[in-house]
Amino acid sequence: MEIKVCGPGCASCEKTQKVVEAAVAAKGKEVSVIKIKDFQEIAQLGVFSTPAVVVDGQVKCVGRVPKQNEVEDWIG
Amino acid sequence: MEPLPSSGCGCTKPAASQAVIEKNVPWGKVGILALLSFCLWLAIYNHLEPFSSYLTYSLFAVKKGSQLGDAVQFFLYDTPKVMMLLTLIVFVIGVLRSFFTQERTRQYLAGKRESAGNVMAAMLGIVTPFCSCSAVPLFLGFVQAGIPLGVTFSFLIAAPMVNEIALVLLYGLLGWKVAALYLVTGLLIAMVAGWVIGRLKLETWIEDWVQELRAGEALVLERKLTWLDRIDQGKEAVRDIVGKVWVYVVAGIAVGAFIHGYVPEAFMAQVMGKDAWWSVPAAVVVGIPMYSNAAGIVPVVEALLGKGAALGTVLAFMMSVIALSLPEMIILRKVLKPKLIAVFVGVVGSGIVFTGYLFNIIV
Repeated sequence: MEIKVCGPGCASCEKTQKVVEAAVAAKGKEVSVIKIKDFQEIAQLGVFSTPAVVVDGQVKCVGRVPKQNEVEDWIG
Repeated sequence: MEPLPSSGCGCTKPAASQAVIEKNVPWGKVGILALLSFCLWLAIYNHLEPFSSYLTYSLFAVKKGSQLGDAVQFFLYDTPKVMMLLTLIVFVIGVLRSFFTQERTRQYLAGKRESAGNVMAAMLGIVTPFCSCSAVPLFLGFVQAGIPLGVTFSFLIAAPMVNEIALVLLYGLLGWKVAALYLVTGLLIAMVAGWVIGRLKLETWIEDWVQELRAGEALVLERKLTWLDRIDQGKEAVRDIVGKVWVYVVAGIAVGAFIHGYVPEAFMAQVMGKDAWWSVPAAVVVGIPMYSNAAGIVPVVEALLGKGAALGTVLAFMMSVIALSLPEMIILRKVLKPKLIAVFVGVVGSGIVFTGYLFNIIV
């Protein structure tokens, strides 16, 4: 499983990164968390507001910091 | 410019569970609680001035009319006043913002032509959640949705320029007239500057890779929000914004209090007065590299005004500091060619200079 956190690196993006990492740790699954900072790459995912979370190629959340229990649900 | 709370969301939740939550909202309780808190807020707010006088002159026994007395009472009155106003407004705006997302704004503007689009974009710029680092993705989304360049700029100018925190602080410290002037002129500059940029037909000055962006379907994830969710977002905004800016507010008011008590009247009149014609453009140029959030700049504005600076000059300075920021330009460089950034700065800067002169003449 692979989770992409999209965002140029502002405060909200850092927060999102932490939430995702915490959720992964809580689930204890094999998940690779990748940061995407390049705008072109982010746009190609169809994401036009950051931060965004993409789980296995599927965009789960755009333009806000998700809650940890949401991310845990997405991990499954 | 303020990093705004990220409330615009797009996550889907199962509709069924939403319906259950909606039914469980204890409307009576929530309503009564809201009314009670507001009455309490109002009662405290109305007693701040006599209370600050009591603290200063009776409890601390500072001599009435002395420089120290003026400064201390100013500080003790303004700090809680501004913090209370700020908390209330940030909460209200936080709830309001939950109705606006960048996705929805984009969809709404996609069908609009220029002129009407410029007006709508400037107004949506105030209420749509936005921070400087989301400027680029937002720009890409607008371009991809086929929104005209000028309309996009109206949004990008208004979003940082008309800042709700600046508005509240201006209202609290300088009265509703100055606050209204700021709101109206900020909107007008955004509308006109965006319209002018649109007229110039500069689409070719967008970076090439942006233009090649496939005009496909933009992703829209709508999330149903209950009123409890919205109230939560308001609370979160208060925690986020008030928690971050209170230091600036207190520091700014402390500086303001010192100036209020100790700096002689009309000290600033020579440098930033009406008669110094060069002061308006100078204020704008000085303001560009300065990057302060609105909370820090307004108490300084108040202090400058109190000491004889002209309103137009001070407004121009404030708008330049918050609307033309170097970090935002550096970020926008990723999607705009330098020529277009120069036009952007030129048009917005001219608008601000014009506004400055206008107010120096009228007031």
